[in-house]
Amino acid sequence: MRNAVQIAETETVPHALPQAPRGAEILVRGLIKNGVDTIFGLPGGAVLHIYDEIWRFRDEITHYLVRHEQGAVHAAEGYARATGKVGVALVTSGPGATNAVTGIADAYMDSIPLVVITGQVPSAMIGTDAFQEVDTFGVTLPIVKHSYLVRDVRDLEAVIDEAFVIAASGKPGPVVIDVPKDITAQICENPRKFRADILFEEITAPVDPRSIDIVVDKLLSAKQPVFYVGGGIVTSDAAYELLDVAELLKIPVTPTLMGLGGFPTAHSLSLGMLGMHGTYAANMAVSESDLLFAVGVRFDDRVTGKLATFAPNAEIVHIDIDPSNIGKNKRPHFSIVADAKSVLDAIVSKLESTDKSKLNASHKLREAWWQKINEWRDSFPLVCEQSENEIKPQMLIEELHRITNGEAIIVTDVGQHQMWAAQFYPFKYSRQWITSGGLGTMGFGLPAALGAQLARPDKQVVAVVGDGGFQMTNQEIITAVQYGIPLKVIIMNNGYLGMVRQWQEMFYDRAYSEVDLSVSPDFVKLAEAYGALGLRAEKPGELASILKQGLDYPGATIIDVVVSKEENVFPIIPAGQDARNMILK
Amino acid sequence: MRNTISILVASEPGELSRIVGLFSARGYNIETMSVGKTLEPNWSRATIVTDGDERTIEQIVKQCARLARVREVRAVTSDPHIEREMALIDVSARAGDERQEVMSLVNIFRAKVVDISHERMILEMSGTRDKVDTFIEMLKPLKVNEVTRSGCVAINRLSPFDRSENEIANAAEV
Repeated sequence: MRNAVQIAETETVPHALPQAPRGAEILVRGLIKNGVDTIFGLPGGAVLHIYDEIWRFRDEITHYLVRHEQGAVHAAEGYARATGKVGVALVTSGPGATNAVTGIADAYMDSIPLVVITGQVPSAMIGTDAFQEVDTFGVTLPIVKHSYLVRDVRDLEAVIDEAFVIAASGKPGPVVIDVPKDITAQICENPRKFRADILFEEITAPVDPRSIDIVVDKLLSAKQPVFYVGGGIVTSDAAYELLDVAELLKIPVTPTLMGLGGFPTAHSLSLGMLGMHGTYAANMAVSESDLLFAVGVRFDDRVTGKLATFAPNAEIVHIDIDPSNIGKNKRPHFSIVADAKSVLDAIVSKLESTDKSKLNASHKLREAWWQKINEWRDSFPLVCEQSENEIKPQMLIEELHRITNGEAIIVTDVGQHQMWAAQFYPFKYSRQWITSGGLGTMGFGLPAALGAQLARPDKQVVAVVGDGGFQMTNQEIITAVQYGIPLKVIIMNNGYLGMVRQWQEMFYDRAYSEVDLSVSPDFVKLAEAYGALGLRAEKPGELASILKQGLDYPGATIIDVVVSKEENVFPIIPAGQDARNMILK
Repeated sequence: MRNTISILVASEPGELSRIVGLFSARGYNIETMSVGKTLEPNWSRATIVTDGDERTIEQIVKQCARLARVREVRAVTSDPHIEREMALIDVSARAGDERQEVMSLVNIFRAKVVDISHERMILEMSGTRDKVDTFIEMLKPLKVNEVTRSGCVAINRLSPFDRSENEIANAAEV
């Protein structure tokens, strides 16, 4: 029914186009004008005029036909996360829009710049419970950075332009443009601009040099400081500045899940990931720090655990571009509202003009701190479980790291495999790690990898997913096959909804309620049915060769890796507790 | 703690629901809300009375300020300000003692009679929320049939003196 065209036509479409463009053409030209050459979508009745223009402009804009609208939005997210550019998805009204909601919410939680165009029933039919009508504006209201219901074709061009500015500026986010069908058919002679007083403007206040002086003094005099860095480092492209600051000061750095890649994991100053499944050293260091220097983070509950005892002895300095993040969960002692890159850059300049002797004295202050940190590192490092008989999930990630020379872009779903990938794949560069952090969307990985691979044809992109999440969006394998995208999917198959099972084991007395996925399709045959290469690894001895075979194959590949069934992610800080309650084994 | 927040928002369809939606999505309470045009024809001012601790109010202000079509958000209550609410009250007031009693309350509170029948009167009353509350409370023994209240509107004082709201109200009115 989705594609059935039953919407009453209030406009006729002139196929021999007159001079002035119709709405649909303005829309597609608007996308092209804003630098879009790739979009993901699925047509339907309300967007037929737009698809007619997509056809006409097919040399300038490549549309990838997904098989479910959730896939379109996740693919657009993967594209955006891999590049920092605005991702674009196009879906029809009603179910097209509601299917897109999960992806929009996902982008909202992780501050990913998207423009999602949704078709809408003709203006005159809005509110009549028309076929495939849903109040998309209302449904998406709490999960968008901004949204539009276009009521006049003259506004369309201004809407598209502004949407791209809003999506990408400041703290990025998804923007929804709901376009009634008649608007896309109407001829527009005289497009109009938004009134100047309404038009969105990105206001970036310059960083106050006095603030920089204050934070540099704090950093120089701290005895037990830690950099706690998040997705803001990646978004603002501040990895190099962060590296400079950390190296100049010799201060340890711990990234959040979203901050992975923002600081090289293998660097001697890196403590590894912070939070619920973070390293012992990172969590202990934050617990005992006297200065917590938080950049581009939001003190998320998966990082802080119990707020009252998070970094209890630390003076907290919080730098974030979003004023509402300051003091939302944890009140800082000092804060700067600004782009992470500009602040770190200013700190670098200040440090570079600082006396060498002063820097050396500062390093000396922290010798005891580093001793402590190294003890934590040595006493409880992350342990890669080994076995001769079965593939341990951690072994899989380490093997993947080895085979890809640590260079692949890793995209994950949500659950145990996500945490193991975060722990055991040392990341080297920004945007190398693409994951659904805030919303925790199972089914994200596969379509996001598709988008990421299209955005970065120069890189090997590998999706690591669980057997649960894989089955939520595996229909997009055919999208990869159709367009010859070398999508690589590794299914970490333990026959369970693994993370839920782990919690049931640890906190619900091993009552494994509805987590058994041992009855699953044959993923190899499934891959073959889609026309992709399907491979399976069951024994440690064959893991390396099968991974290599799959990754070397020029087309879409699904590798089903059967791993030990009841492995747990450690360390774990139980929800709502603090680092002292960390369970290490 | 009760707080009044004043939001300058573009008069565009859907923008008000964005504000209201933000309040419910983030678990903030709306006690009253009133919206009207400002001097600039394309901008409306929404005055929202909410409650919450200092931190909640700070978050409300910051969250509202993030909206693309919101130009200004102020926690009016944190500075000297004037607040007014209007109420229309339908009260039973039969000729005789009852009506006399209503009229004496109307005089005391400087309310207005805006409609009358043999049985009932409609009164118009404006003042601080406390004053409106008190007026309605005093009318209750006479049987109040219906009340509609506008919700608060507020504006910051011109004078820098932090004179208390009640002091001024008392001096000028009751």
